[in-house]
Amino acid sequence: MAISNKAIKISQKHLLGIQDLSIKDINYILNEAKNFITLNKSKSKKIDILRGKTQINLFFEPSTRTQSSFELAGKRLGADVMSMNITNSAIKKGETLIDTAMTLNAMHPDIIVIRHQDSGACNLLSQKVNCAVLNAGDGRREHPTQALLDALTIIDRKKKIEGLKIAICGDILHSRVARSNIYLLNMLGAEVNIIAPSNLMPRDLDKLGINQFTDMKKGVTNCDIVMMLRLQNERMSSSFLSSNREYYEYYGLTPDKLNFAKDDALIMHPGPMNRGIEIDTKLADDMNKSVIKEQVELGVAVRMACLKLFCE
Amino acid sequence: MMKKKYFLNAHIIDPKNSLDEVGGLIINENGKIDAVGKKVNKNNIPSREKYIDLGNKHLFPGIVDMRVFVGEPGYEYKENFKTLSNAALSGGVTSAVTMPNTSPIIDNVSIVDFLKRRGRDKSKINIYPTASLTKNLEGKNMTEFGLLQKKGIIGFTDGIKTIQNSRLMSRIMRSAFDLGSLVMQHAEDIDLAENGTVNDGIISTKLGLQGITELAEKIIIERDLSLLEDFNCRYHISQISSAKSIDVIKKRKNEVNFTTGVSINNLSLNENDIGDFRTFLKLSPPLRTEDDRLSLVEALNKNLIDVIVSDHKPEDEESKRLTFAQAATGASGVETLLPLALELYHNESVKLFKIIETLTSNPAKILNIDKGNLSIGNDADFCVVDINKPWIVKKEKLISKSKNTSIENKKLQGKVLNTYIKGEELYKL
Repeated sequence: MAISNKAIKISQKHLLGIQDLSIKDINYILNEAKNFITLNKSKSKKIDILRGKTQINLFFEPSTRTQSSFELAGKRLGADVMSMNITNSAIKKGETLIDTAMTLNAMHPDIIVIRHQDSGACNLLSQKVNCAVLNAGDGRREHPTQALLDALTIIDRKKKIEGLKIAICGDILHSRVARSNIYLLNMLGAEVNIIAPSNLMPRDLDKLGINQFTDMKKGVTNCDIVMMLRLQNERMSSSFLSSNREYYEYYGLTPDKLNFAKDDALIMHPGPMNRGIEIDTKLADDMNKSVIKEQVELGVAVRMACLKLFCE
Repeated sequence: MMKKKYFLNAHIIDPKNSLDEVGGLIINENGKIDAVGKKVNKNNIPSREKYIDLGNKHLFPGIVDMRVFVGEPGYEYKENFKTLSNAALSGGVTSAVTMPNTSPIIDNVSIVDFLKRRGRDKSKINIYPTASLTKNLEGKNMTEFGLLQKKGIIGFTDGIKTIQNSRLMSRIMRSAFDLGSLVMQHAEDIDLAENGTVNDGIISTKLGLQGITELAEKIIIERDLSLLEDFNCRYHISQISSAKSIDVIKKRKNEVNFTTGVSINNLSLNENDIGDFRTFLKLSPPLRTEDDRLSLVEALNKNLIDVIVSDHKPEDEESKRLTFAQAATGASGVETLLPLALELYHNESVKLFKIIETLTSNPAKILNIDKGNLSIGNDADFCVVDINKPWIVKKEKLISKSKNTSIENKKLQGKVLNTYIKGEELYKL
């Protein structure tokens, strides 16, 4: 097994966002993750490099894949993993994030994985605890491990990121996945096309060095990757959009729109998917084009790498 | 009865009386101004009397701060009249207009007596309370402008809230016209600003925070100025924050009568100062771009903005140690209003005379009070300022009960040395 205990220095104490990382950091994480891909496919998936370490998962928002992915990642590295059930906790009784942080901190965890509905919640937490904080999604700001696993998936299939043309399409305004991906893909040298109806496009996004499109066909033209984002249904009620069917007509990934991308273009989606709203169900399951399952698989490897590197 | 006081060699700026000269000040036994200006020199002082040589330090009329939140009643743990007045005095503020956003809300005559009494007994500065425009700030039913005024209410505002309903606003203006009341509007369209916490732009996009478009402010100003054409009451826009609003004000300045304020925060800071989710810079209106800030400064110089306010909003630590979305809005600032405004002088953005005018005589004129000047016969409310003295803002050194300053660790130049009210020295550095 090529997994070493050699200390690699990440420039940051916490993983709060891609914005804080250097290219060097990112390459460390991605290279480390590659090793774990092999481990995760082997018969004995467990090693003990985090034995004796305590990992607390603090999820204030419901999550299936990210939470289980982090939990599995920690366990495979031999850490003691505790997932807090927020619905039964003191937070429901009015305790503030800071107080929760102080309480948990007193138990001497080595790493806290946090997901929170408010942007910047992980930053606040990181100021108050002694251990490393890993952001598993904060509001609409960042979801760094998702972007890292997306990058790993792309590298795994395309062997590179530099020079690729990558379209990200959907509810960009509310998407932390989009933001983290924009930062990461830009840093790694991809050309990023962002596609969304104006109502779901954040202001001044073009200042982040991307190409903006409201016309999906133009946006996906000649792309190597088409990354679809989940459309949150509550957006309908607040009049961001008129209806699901109109959205599907203009921004759903269908074979005719995908035709504008390169022949060997890959389809990605961070999940969970709304089939028939943002993506044609057959395309989502198309073994040759869709790498959605692979994203989930590599997610565990990326999180193992992050846990290892940030858990000194 | 106090002794007569003599001050010499002060650089006196008194915009109301167009005074900008080195001279002296004589205060009589009743705490009123007897003489002021360059004609006051050693020869005017009886030989056995003591005088204070100010050594060319500046002497300004006491500042009139048109937008101050006090926690009393209801939020005394954030700020009470006593702590407010001590903080104000250290910043040269001798008169403060307090907002009605207390608990209970200042919306009926029965509470005004309490307020006046507390203000008189606990505060050393002059307190001018406002009442809300609508009962319980609900934006539905007008308060009793006439009766409230008779009790000593200086003006009407919903403080942190805006009158959204256009019909109600037109009726408020009509009543205010009849009764001669001052209406102060916090201009923000509630729907456009919904859940917003910062300026809508690259910072909101990067931080993943809900933005507030500058259109939210512009739309209310445009609407109110249109209404004002027909219902010409005393109308003041509490604070503006963006270049777009200035465009409207510029266009309308010669067509309708109104006045405009700006928070020192919007004049001195921009959205980049929010940095890594610094909740002390969660303000309303939000800090906007550097271009917006520069156009506010320009508008001040072009008389499109009439007053600078501190927008002093004390918040305890618990209300700020939260995520940005959950944290309370506002910053403490009454004691740093003048020093921070002096930064605009030191970096040559605004002339000193202009700054003092927007802090003293202009607000007094809008409020229709005889404060913020050094006219003979008036209360001797003034401050002595070393406008060059360097210092660093440290929250633990602030006098206000709440320490939520927007300019922690900022290096400033200019400090109030003494503050006098009715001729009595109530603050000394």
